[in-house]
Amino acid sequence: MEENDLKNKFKVVVIGGSAGSLSVLFEMLPALRTDLSIAIILVLHRKNSADSSLSALLSTKTLIPTREVEDKDPILPGNIYLAPADYHLLIEKDYIFSLDYSEKVNFSRPSLDVTFESAADVFGPDLTAILLSGANDDGTEGLIAVKKTDGFAIAQKPESAQMPFMPQHAISNMEIDLVLDIKGISDFINSLATH
Amino acid sequence: MTIEDEEIDLLLNDVFEIYGYDFTSYSRASLKRRIIRLCALDKFPSFAELRYRIRSEEDYLKRFVEEITVNVTEMFRDPSFYKVLRTDILPILGTKPFIRIWHAGCSTGEEVFSMAIMLHEANLLKKSLLYATDLNPSVLEKVRKGIFPLTQMKQYSENYIASGGTKDFSTYYTANYGQAKLNQELSEKIIISTHNLVSDGSFNEFDLILCRNVLIYFDKDLQERALKLFDDSLGTLGFLALGSKETLKFSTIQSRFRQLDKEKIWKKMI
Repeated sequence: MEENDLKNKFKVVVIGGSAGSLSVLFEMLPALRTDLSIAIILVLHRKNSADSSLSALLSTKTLIPTREVEDKDPILPGNIYLAPADYHLLIEKDYIFSLDYSEKVNFSRPSLDVTFESAADVFGPDLTAILLSGANDDGTEGLIAVKKTDGFAIAQKPESAQMPFMPQHAISNMEIDLVLDIKGISDFINSLATH
Repeated sequence: MTIEDEEIDLLLNDVFEIYGYDFTSYSRASLKRRIIRLCALDKFPSFAELRYRIRSEEDYLKRFVEEITVNVTEMFRDPSFYKVLRTDILPILGTKPFIRIWHAGCSTGEEVFSMAIMLHEANLLKKSLLYATDLNPSVLEKVRKGIFPLTQMKQYSENYIASGGTKDFSTYYTANYGQAKLNQELSEKIIISTHNLVSDGSFNEFDLILCRNVLIYFDKDLQERALKLFDDSLGTLGFLALGSKETLKFSTIQSRFRQLDKEKIWKKMI
């Protein structure tokens, strides 16, 4: 399959956020270099509705092509992908998205743990997972899976988060590689492009 | 618990060779999650034990099929989709002397009953037949009974109203001991049968086929097989409805279909 040719040629950043994470993205996305040769995947807890306007809103913050995922869309560098509301977002070995409407995990669909774990399985050391603001404990198990497959785990600095519980939960329960404020996160992502 | 991809291959081969169920073209990422989940639910200490149990116990295979397929569904899910069916599609179907609808991969039947309610309200149910199929006989047993948890009814009632329903939703069921039994008249035009989109063929010609949030569990090749089967099973100007994040864009049948403005509904043009 054509997608296989791209395997291991680019890095992937998965960003998971819940309450208070949207304002982080609004600040972070405009600071990202637009020539990034990485793929960025956003998984956000949000209201269950078929409303796809969030991707349009995020598109106004960056020139990097940003869109909501449809089932079996390929993952390509230079793009930002947004998990659709009310589906879990999974990743296949051949760098293709699969959606999943199974039971909620941590009372959430999409669940951050589900995507982090699936991404860890496929991208291994090419993966950086970032956990943003939120008021629940989704994401920690996923970050542990990311570490197990030699990926890199970042939590938003709790003092910089509107809802510090979610990143703090990860920091307290596992070995996080870096704790960064919002500017630190965008600087880190920009630095991946030059590696 | 971690499971290697090669182990999943072994297990799927067993299930196919011993029982004839072919899951080898299912989305691997989703399947792997479901198998790990099943091991946790049924407390298997290792993958080898799961495999042994499946190989040796036919009854357990039933549970395996039930648990690795996703049977999460609701009535009037995505109300805006049902609104378009109600206002744009049913009036067209209503001009036909006879209406045939196929719910492929219907699971426990919530969407089939939603359709029956809309047909009833449009005064079309009498001349309609709704085929409800799934690979899994135990979910079809639930369709046959038409009984759902009463706790769901509040959500379904809200969905129903958002879809443009104007009746009192509670007139469609009888509440008893925490269960809601849907009215018998809704079931009268529903034909229930097992059908496997992996291995079975076309069995009729339909005016509308609904297969929502089923193809997401298939890999691209199996999606193409299923979509060709739907194409073969639709009359000219028939309609195909998929889930809100499913698409024809990777399929060769796309050229023969035209998508309606908003929802994931396509009209077969030739």
